Amino acid sequence: MAIRFDDIQLDHRIILEWVGAGVSVLDLGCGSGELLYLLIKRNKARGHGIEINVEEIYKCVAKGLNILHGNIEDGLEDYKDQSFDYVILNQSLQQIRRVEPVLQDALRVGKKVIVGFPNFAYYRSRLQILFKGKTPVNAALPYQWYETPNLHFLSILDFIEYCRKQKIDIKQTAFLGTSRRLYLFPNVFAQTGIFLISSKKEQSYAI
Amino acid sequence: MTNSVTEKSLGRLSVVKRKFFTFNELILENGETLGPITIAYETYGQLNSYRSNAVLVHHALSGDAHAAGYYEGEKDPGWWDSMIGPGKAFDTNEYFVICSNVLGGCKGSTGPSSINPKSGKPYALDFPLITIGDIVNCQKRLIDYLGIEQLLTVVGGSMGGMQALSWLVNYPERIRSAIPIATTAKHSPQQIAFNEAGRLAIMADPNWNFGNYYESKPPAKGLAVARMIGHITYMSDVSMAEKFGRQKKWASQGEKFTADFEVEGYLRYRGDNFVKRFDANTYLYITKAMDHFDGFDGKSAQEAFQHVKAKVMVIAFKSDWLYPAYQSQEIVRACKIADLGISYCEIESTYGHDAFLLEIEEESHLIRHFLKKVFYDYEVIDGYSI
Repeated sequence: MAIRFDDIQLDHRIILEWVGAGVSVLDLGCGSGELLYLLIKRNKARGHGIEINVEEIYKCVAKGLNILHGNIEDGLEDYKDQSFDYVILNQSLQQIRRVEPVLQDALRVGKKVIVGFPNFAYYRSRLQILFKGKTPVNAALPYQWYETPNLHFLSILDFIEYCRKQKIDIKQTAFLGTSRRLYLFPNVFAQTGIFLISSKKEQSYAI
Repeated sequence: MTNSVTEKSLGRLSVVKRKFFTFNELILENGETLGPITIAYETYGQLNSYRSNAVLVHHALSGDAHAAGYYEGEKDPGWWDSMIGPGKAFDTNEYFVICSNVLGGCKGSTGPSSINPKSGKPYALDFPLITIGDIVNCQKRLIDYLGIEQLLTVVGGSMGGMQALSWLVNYPERIRSAIPIATTAKHSPQQIAFNEAGRLAIMADPNWNFGNYYESKPPAKGLAVARMIGHITYMSDVSMAEKFGRQKKWASQGEKFTADFEVEGYLRYRGDNFVKRFDANTYLYITKAMDHFDGFDGKSAQEAFQHVKAKVMVIAFKSDWLYPAYQSQEIVRACKIADLGISYCEIESTYGHDAFLLEIEEESHLIRHFLKKVFYDYEVIDGYSI
């Protein structure tokens, strides 16, 4: 079955474009492997995913992916420094208990790291807290408080600030609304932030 | 689990027959020469014209070449019939499946109960100590004889997984992929300890007579106890509780130390049954081979796997405490370090080590898709398949 590029979900499209052809990737928390499948099939990337949920593993295997059943919080000690062109943490970072060691490990193992997460400062979330006094539930944060897999609630600004403090180089950013990229006031209007980062401090990126 | 097994009806293999392959001699890993050697084997499905669809299945400690289908007039199928056959994980409409009895076995392959040509009597303890490597070397001779240059995959659970690992390290150019299941690159002291208890039970039986029992009574009591110990380690706390509870078999009639509980009766039954079909000396030789197995030959993973290009899928089971998941993960780690295409899954199960024979749905799903990927990568060169 042919997949039209336009039909691919927006965050995946951006990552597919950022990541060139023929690169090596490690997808941490790859879920059912949709993005990894596209990376391999479209971008001719090589690599594998790590996923904790066994049902998702079955879906990855059905896609013909190399997939390892495991907890990314157990560390990436088996991987050498800079052994992947890209390490991907798309919609998984906010679900990790201890974010920092995983992010540091990702930056060590990958020449570049792609992080995608829901923006907690999305204006609908702000309004829901401010006027309804309730935990936000919207397109960016689709879960009720009692069922959410998210452990961390961060905003785009939080992440930028964190990178600045940790001397993590932000190489590219993409901020997403419901169906398109946003450029103005992303911390207010974007539901999702995607960052291309690296631990090298060659060039700085100003937002 | 979701949408895994295709709903197409699973067919039955027609009546299968055991075949034999004999060759002159083999130089064993310990330097001794053994021969002639006969290997009993069975095949299911058809070898394709490219000879590219052959799957070699390795059996575990007490298994044999009869992996699938039915012998003429018998009502019980082979030991992995749920996995091998038309439409099953190892789909015999697509693949040519081979299973052979191990060297040292007692189900048609040369072992301690075979006739020693030098004496005209069963080898007994004159049979040399063999290794998993020797077992695999015999299989390699069989594969040569069948005219197969490269196997699509080598697969097995438990000791079968050790053989798959041994193929990976010793004949990397002869396999396209490997599927080690519920296994380890080396036995832990705990695994050796259980095997040793089994061996000592056999050797403590006066009928064992230093292995010379083929013309008298076999050490049935000892072998039955060994098998009982084995069975305990193959199950989990939960699976035993589910299967037996604390159910009493019958009220004891004043007799002391009878099998009061269901679980006791089951173990006695299993032990006694095993004696009818298995040779005690084979049990000694094969468990020793398992204990001494070192999947990486004492080398680093990188060194051991340096010529390996095969894709690997490692499968473990949650409640398997005899071959715990960490041992599978060590194999996975080695594959990662060697930069092999590797997949790993720890299947949810309460069956313990036995799970590799019982968790058919999940295991089938993983293997079916993995194999398809390996097979079509092999067949299609235009880059269509991922």
